[in-house]
Amino acid sequence: MNYADLFRATLPETILECAALVVLAVDLGLLRKSTPKLRVAIASLLGVAGCWAATWTVMLQGTDGLSFESSHELLLATGGFTGVAQIGILVLTALTLLLVIGSEFTRHVGEYVAVVLMAATGGLLISAAQDLLVIFIGLELLSLGLYILTAFAKSSGKSAEAALKYYLFGGMSAAFLLFGFSYLYGMTGTTNLHQILNSVYGGGTDRTAPLLYVAAVLIAAGLGFKVAAVPFHLWAPDTYEGAPAPAAAFIASVSKVASFALLIAISSAPMHFASSRQLLVFGTAALALHLHPPADTGFGGPWSLILTIFAAGSMVLGNLAALAQTSVRRLLAYSAIAHAGYILLALAFFSDSPRSAGAVLYYVLVYGLTTVGAFGAVSVVERATGSDKLDSFLGLNRRNPLLAAVLLVLFLSLAGIPPLVGFWAKFNLFAAVLGVSAGEVPFALVALAVALSAVSLYYYLQVLKRAYVLPALHESRIKANPVTMAVLLGIAAAVVVLGCFPALLQGWIQGFSPIF
Amino acid sequence: MLAWTIYLSFAGALAEVLLPKGRAAMARWLALAIALAGLAVGMHGFVAGMGQGRVVIVDLPWVPFMGIHYLLAADGISRVLLLLTGLAAVAGVLFSWNIEFRTNEFFAFFLALIGGVYGVFLSFDLFLLFVFYEIAIVPKYFLIAIWGSTRREYAAMKLALYSFAGSAMVLIGLLAAYATAGSHSTSLIALGHANLPVSFQMWCFPLVFVGFAILAGMWPFHTWAPTGHVAAPTAASMLLAGVVMKLGAYGCLRVGIALFPHGLDPWGFSLLGIGSWRDVFALLAVIGIVYGALVALVQTDFKFVIGYSSVSHMGFVLLGLMTLNQIGMTGAVLQMFSHGILAGLLFAIVGRIVYERTHTRQLADLEAMHLSKRMPFAAWAFVIAGMASMGLPGFSGFVAELQVLVGAWTVKPWWTAAAGVGIVVGVAYTWRALQKAFFSDTLPTAHALEQEHAHAFAAITWPEVTGVALLAGVSLAVGLYPRILLDAIEPAVRALLAGGGQ
Repeated sequence: MNYADLFRATLPETILECAALVVLAVDLGLLRKSTPKLRVAIASLLGVAGCWAATWTVMLQGTDGLSFESSHELLLATGGFTGVAQIGILVLTALTLLLVIGSEFTRHVGEYVAVVLMAATGGLLISAAQDLLVIFIGLELLSLGLYILTAFAKSSGKSAEAALKYYLFGGMSAAFLLFGFSYLYGMTGTTNLHQILNSVYGGGTDRTAPLLYVAAVLIAAGLGFKVAAVPFHLWAPDTYEGAPAPAAAFIASVSKVASFALLIAISSAPMHFASSRQLLVFGTAALALHLHPPADTGFGGPWSLILTIFAAGSMVLGNLAALAQTSVRRLLAYSAIAHAGYILLALAFFSDSPRSAGAVLYYVLVYGLTTVGAFGAVSVVERATGSDKLDSFLGLNRRNPLLAAVLLVLFLSLAGIPPLVGFWAKFNLFAAVLGVSAGEVPFALVALAVALSAVSLYYYLQVLKRAYVLPALHESRIKANPVTMAVLLGIAAAVVVLGCFPALLQGWIQGFSPIF
Repeated sequence: MLAWTIYLSFAGALAEVLLPKGRAAMARWLALAIALAGLAVGMHGFVAGMGQGRVVIVDLPWVPFMGIHYLLAADGISRVLLLLTGLAAVAGVLFSWNIEFRTNEFFAFFLALIGGVYGVFLSFDLFLLFVFYEIAIVPKYFLIAIWGSTRREYAAMKLALYSFAGSAMVLIGLLAAYATAGSHSTSLIALGHANLPVSFQMWCFPLVFVGFAILAGMWPFHTWAPTGHVAAPTAASMLLAGVVMKLGAYGCLRVGIALFPHGLDPWGFSLLGIGSWRDVFALLAVIGIVYGALVALVQTDFKFVIGYSSVSHMGFVLLGLMTLNQIGMTGAVLQMFSHGILAGLLFAIVGRIVYERTHTRQLADLEAMHLSKRMPFAAWAFVIAGMASMGLPGFSGFVAELQVLVGAWTVKPWWTAAAGVGIVVGVAYTWRALQKAFFSDTLPTAHALEQEHAHAFAAITWPEVTGVALLAGVSLAVGLYPRILLDAIEPAVRALLAGGGQ
């Protein structure tokens, strides 16, 4: 990878970092004496502009970017599904920045926006990374940003508690991940994913060494933490509850998209090998290749076994625990765990074709979009009533009909009711699993997932019941910031339109996919 | 043309949402206009479609990557059920004329539900059908939870979860069928020709069939039906019993039986006389007929009597489907129509005409009210509806149940005899309810007479008269001249049976 390529590949990240610095400079330099409202507006608009510019450069990189074909010492991939994930990260970041305009949890807006942009940079890095070190740096950049964002409401004890828990769990999982990486490096002598692949299959390393299995388990544990998969989910409810709402929206959407993009890269690598049998031609990342018997796309390798266990545990525990929640944010956290379970299921039964990766990305993007909207709506109610308990939603239909309608659309989409886009995401995902691997195990797991999403309707309806059915305690109107309302309406409209015309988003994603 | 039934209903629902609040009269007239327009379109389609087979209305690629089409088509069965939906919608609006609480929202949910039902009856793409089927769930929940009565939140949640659990089973089956058939197309016509392996059909058929049959009120998955019907506001009970239960039965027929014909083949062994899924479901249907009727016989709440009678009558539909012969299945479709009309009429009388005036549904309380004298219209309307419901010749129920029984006799004479017992019990519970509620012979005391004069019931309004006349008239017309509908149903059933499916 020469410097010109590197410059081209890191252009979006560079732009975001520059935007973060500009925000800091403008906010701390020019706007010091201005009113808080103006500072918030300028800072978040600058951040959105940065995201827009970065999106534009990702678009410019086009569909056929850098992959293993172009270089053996690749650090970062561009184009293809990496491009899809990066655009998703940037759009969702912009949306969460717009939600900041209506909120007042902090006086340090410039710092907040800058940290968001830097964390998003970390997200861009890991969705493109092809080298263990880059993966680790990207993950740490993202995670450190998230810890700070969680703690950003300095006057709130809950926020501090959430951040501390998040940090402790996060630190431990980073240690796991690094430990796993170090085994891989120790056995193969390289940090480049492609060369690891080469070494394992080229005979440089013993393919049956138990250490490889240990490394796989450690790496899966580290990444399972990022996506809040059971049993590494404990941080999620506290963080979602304690973090300031825009930060929680960011954690729930952007960080998910980035982490799943990384998991897609890892899961698809062995498949490339299985389909091609040619080491030098294919591939993005290749961590788990050695663990996955080529040509076995079913229940074979330990990697897919680990993911299957994560998936089943997350689906069951997430959905059942959500039933008992009284705080809507915790409810969203457990539902996030459940959704992560569905996605992990598709990653466990993965195929080389663009179909699997497309279905996972479709799901993650749709889920991210809906969650940003849901957190936005919850935060409006929370600010007006002072709590995110289920009962604060009583009579929402009277107090703000538009907001209640947005909530209805978003929650029904999360529950997977057609014709909203959440249904198509689920359908696509499960069809991809069944289309890829025939057999009892994947079918039973899909049946479990569908049955549990029937269960999930119950807790989503608990919220909607209070908004629409039960009598209100207060009749006073709930006012929402016009920008927040516009963002929420835009998201709800997107959920409906993409649901009525599911081919739009799917076509766009498939348009990026390189032809195998 | 028929597709406009869907668009009109959804546009109407949207318009109701946008109407200014507090304009109840406007909301009612708008809803009535939309329902009438839907009925007019349905009737036009019915007349124009006479003698034609399956006609494709719209066929556009919807999700090209997965082969999903926006495919609307109609055959004789669909046209009959569209007609039923139109009638139920008009009657439902007429019997909700007194809704004053959040009127425009009520009609918005009502019309959205109707739109979903029209969509199911017109869809010939598996996933389009499923999408419309699910669209119908959410409005039901809100209609019952907001405007309902007895234990409404419990009943609404139970109904929503039963429906969603049923549709989850259907979705699993459909995903499996889609993957097994090679993931090319989801059109019912194409999948019907996909030659799914027999072993696959053997386990997929019961999954899909039960998933749909939950909504058709099949015993033992019927428990949502009585509680749901009782808790729902009158118009919603009319729609629930009238058309929503038909969605389930229609799904059993159009998807279950048509797509997995070999799922009904014998297993190759038999256990206690049960040798195939067909026997299993036929047995459950017969149990439903007898059980529903017996339970209706001992109810103390007037509306529960009607609720359990629905379970019993829907048993005839499922029994008719399981005969797999021309006459039995024709009878099943006719019974869907007939029960849709009659259950609507019965719920309207009990829920709207009687309950809104007496404010009680307990038969013991009604007994002391001398309703035959104070509400002669209600009493005679119930006599007519009851006679039609118990299957007296001259009404639609007779023709339908007779055909089902004749069809079933050729297959399972003993079970048919048991179903016949259900009819006899049906006569008993209807007369019991009629006698207790309207014609009890306790003489009023002088004091009670004074009281009754002081609290005279509100006069019967024109929407009530019109609604009763409409539904009773249709049942009588079909009973006297069943060929109107049979001419449409018979060719469609024949085509379905001949195609081994489609």
